[in-house]
Amino acid sequence: MTLENKGKFLLKIRTTKEKFIDQGFKSFSFLMASTVSVVLFAIIVVVFLESLESINRYGLNFLTTSNWNPVTDEYGAFTAIYGTLVTSIASLIIAIPLGVGTAIFITEDILPEKLRETIGLMVELLAAIPSVVLGLWAIFVMEPFIRPFLMILHRFLGWIPFLSSQPIGPGIAPAILILVVMILPIITSIARDSLNQVPNKLREAAYGIGATRWIAMFNVILPAALSGIAGGVLLGLGRAMGETMAVTMIIGNSNSFSWSILSPGYTISAMLANQFGEADGIQVSSLMYAAFILMILTLIVNILAQWVVRKLSLKY
Amino acid sequence: MKVSSSKTSLNYNRFSRRNLIEKLLSSISGLFTIIAVLPLVLVLSYVLIKGGSQISLSTIILEPEPPGDDLLSAGGIGPAIIGTIIISSIASLISIPIGVGGGIYLAEYSKGGSFSRFVRFGTNVLAGVPSIIAGVFIYAVIVSTKILFGSMFSGIAGGLALSILMLPSVIKTTDEGLKLVPDNLRTGALGIGASMFTTVIRVTLPAAFRSISTGIVLGLARAAGETAPLIFTALFSRYYITGFGDLFYEMGSLSVLIYNFALEPYEAQNELAWAASFLLVVILLMMNLFSRLISNFASDK
Amino acid sequence: MNKLPNNKMKNTTKNEENLIDKDISISLQNITISYAKIDAVRNIFFDIEKNKVTSLIGPSGCGKSTVLRALNRMNDLISGCSIKGQILFDGIDLYSDKIDPVEVRRRIGMVFQQPNPFPKSIYENIAFGARINGFTGDFDELVETSLRKAAVWDECKDKLNESGYSLSGGQQQRLCIARTIAIEPDVILMDEPCSALDPISTIKIEETIHELKNNYTIVIVTHNMQQALRVSDMTAFFNACETEENEDGKVGYLVEFDKTSKIFNSPKEKATKDYISGKFG
Repeated sequence: MTLENKGKFLLKIRTTKEKFIDQGFKSFSFLMASTVSVVLFAIIVVVFLESLESINRYGLNFLTTSNWNPVTDEYGAFTAIYGTLVTSIASLIIAIPLGVGTAIFITEDILPEKLRETIGLMVELLAAIPSVVLGLWAIFVMEPFIRPFLMILHRFLGWIPFLSSQPIGPGIAPAILILVVMILPIITSIARDSLNQVPNKLREAAYGIGATRWIAMFNVILPAALSGIAGGVLLGLGRAMGETMAVTMIIGNSNSFSWSILSPGYTISAMLANQFGEADGIQVSSLMYAAFILMILTLIVNILAQWVVRKLSLKY
Repeated sequence: MKVSSSKTSLNYNRFSRRNLIEKLLSSISGLFTIIAVLPLVLVLSYVLIKGGSQISLSTIILEPEPPGDDLLSAGGIGPAIIGTIIISSIASLISIPIGVGGGIYLAEYSKGGSFSRFVRFGTNVLAGVPSIIAGVFIYAVIVSTKILFGSMFSGIAGGLALSILMLPSVIKTTDEGLKLVPDNLRTGALGIGASMFTTVIRVTLPAAFRSISTGIVLGLARAAGETAPLIFTALFSRYYITGFGDLFYEMGSLSVLIYNFALEPYEAQNELAWAASFLLVVILLMMNLFSRLISNFASDK
Repeated sequence: MNKLPNNKMKNTTKNEENLIDKDISISLQNITISYAKIDAVRNIFFDIEKNKVTSLIGPSGCGKSTVLRALNRMNDLISGCSIKGQILFDGIDLYSDKIDPVEVRRRIGMVFQQPNPFPKSIYENIAFGARINGFTGDFDELVETSLRKAAVWDECKDKLNESGYSLSGGQQQRLCIARTIAIEPDVILMDEPCSALDPISTIKIEETIHELKNNYTIVIVTHNMQQALRVSDMTAFFNACETEENEDGKVGYLVEFDKTSKIFNSPKEKATKDYISGKFG
């Protein structure tokens, strides 16, 4: 550039307008970033305030009683809390071996790579199917299909309290199975990512001293991927607790308490979906109380998930 | 001190305990994989066959009939299709500017301080908030307070609820997409005297455009299939909207239609639910596959 | 892969070992290794003698690591890698369909370029390999002798329960050598074991190699010619030449294989002479 052009650069000194836009843009993006925290806080605060009336009235009894009577205005969410915990934990117990097993199968070179990628994609597409469609499928296809098997289970193992009632259609057990379908993609894809992140040198080290595929897997690769997998499992748990539609459609929506997973039940989210539209007065506040409990549960699980990933990760 | 006292043969022994266990474990993991993939195959084939057979021009166009009126025909899903499009658009209009703006702040302006760490943490937590809670929140803030010019249940309230669900995924993909942009592009632009605004708008955002749009499409696909936040915010309506003002009234959507009609005792309504499922699943899978295709294409480059 | 029966090689049977002046452990016969149909090295012949240190040298990209990894079937882990020709270990074709690669690796152990201890305690790093190889003896004793042989006992003895990653890079690498010794292989393969280490650690590992060659056959890949000269009895010099198959591709080949002293003092090939005198590489 020659000095002849010197006078032709009009913007060597920035105009006020340009500075204003630059600064404004920064403030705008800062504001937008803050919005996330504001929304999160607002959700917690609003739900808490709305449930105050019920909290004051029922206190901690709300957690331990299972009356739910809009006529007499008696509310206790024990059945729904029990349903939420049982469905999410049971579905997790089934989904962990399936999800981690699938993740191992598609990260090890057991099948050709193209085939493994296809399987991985299919599992992820499973997550794209809306909850309400899975619920529809569960009502009309899955539940009638599994009912005879549940019947057999009841006949032979009916002495166990969890299997002590006759399966009569919608109930906790089919809800557990549909939740397995819903959280499998999360657990599988996170476990797959964690396994893929284990450095290849660890695998080589194990193979180099004569470890077989599964000795290397159980002793070296899985322990190294543990933190990620544990995080994925916790995210799956959070998802299972909050999952609404498919569960609402198949769990039977009954507030009478039973230990048996073959009988109809309730979860907090199903109760919200079912009653919120028509509720008023103290019932709304009680539903908000239940929603607040659900939120606290999922918050704890999600924060734990983030903590686990950070703290448990092995150094290698 | 010899590990193996005699030199064993190097030959592969198919029946040695070790190799049998190896085979067994591989088979078990294969079996688990089949079980994991089976639901997708079953659900998809049911929805595509049973739902696909219900689809006709009239199902797509007509308004749904009230349950029980006509036992043979339940009408169509036209208003629900329009409703889903409108509600998803409202959700996008709200969440994309906020999410992209917030993501820009995290990736471009924040210097890894406690504020940005807190926002990232909050984003992850918000992503884990159950979708029904978003519905409860909007119900409490907008529906029950009638804050929107006195209207209660409305398409706008539904869109707001969905935008809460979309927001974390938009922020995350923007943040991560921008962080993948090589730093020398950024320093190059700043080095010739470009302002931060120009750098972001002209250089880094376009460079990350593909990955950000992929993430947004995936987030939108997830939101569009959601039901729980809509059932007591947008509620449901059997009628086409006739004007802008109808945004402030109850609005139907495919997912709520499936929920309502699946629980009806009438077969005609059930079949309409399958038809709506077919359409919803096909649209969502297309969005998913399409965005994956784009991001694969981008990473190949 | 052609499946010849156990070839009658220069070494006949084990009983006659002492009668033969050259005792061959591994014999490479016309080895060609390719990744996804593109040859990486072509037509390699040479014999690795028992209880000697054989070094593989050459410019980078000449396929010396590839050859080394073929010796205990580590290349099986890389998809699309295929091999032609025969590698005979004690007269047995390692790539015959009948062979179990896991058995092979238990007899031919490997030390890698980057130190790669397991994320376990130092003690477990040693004991783990022995356990999966079915060791039934005294583990404490095994851990101690292995660490002593690898010349890292003094640094480790007070912190056997600490993570292998608490050691320095050079100590980690000697831990990895100890781990390999602990499974008592016949052959130890070392893939540039000192490339990530400082000079003092390098000297220590070279001393370890000197100690080990009384009991083990050692094959070492190195890019450091002085190291090859210091530690090895035999040296194979590899080079790469342009290939017509793919545009910018090179294919590795064996230029010369002889006693180390010969390679460094009076090489037969001009390329060898140029390389050891630092003219390229």
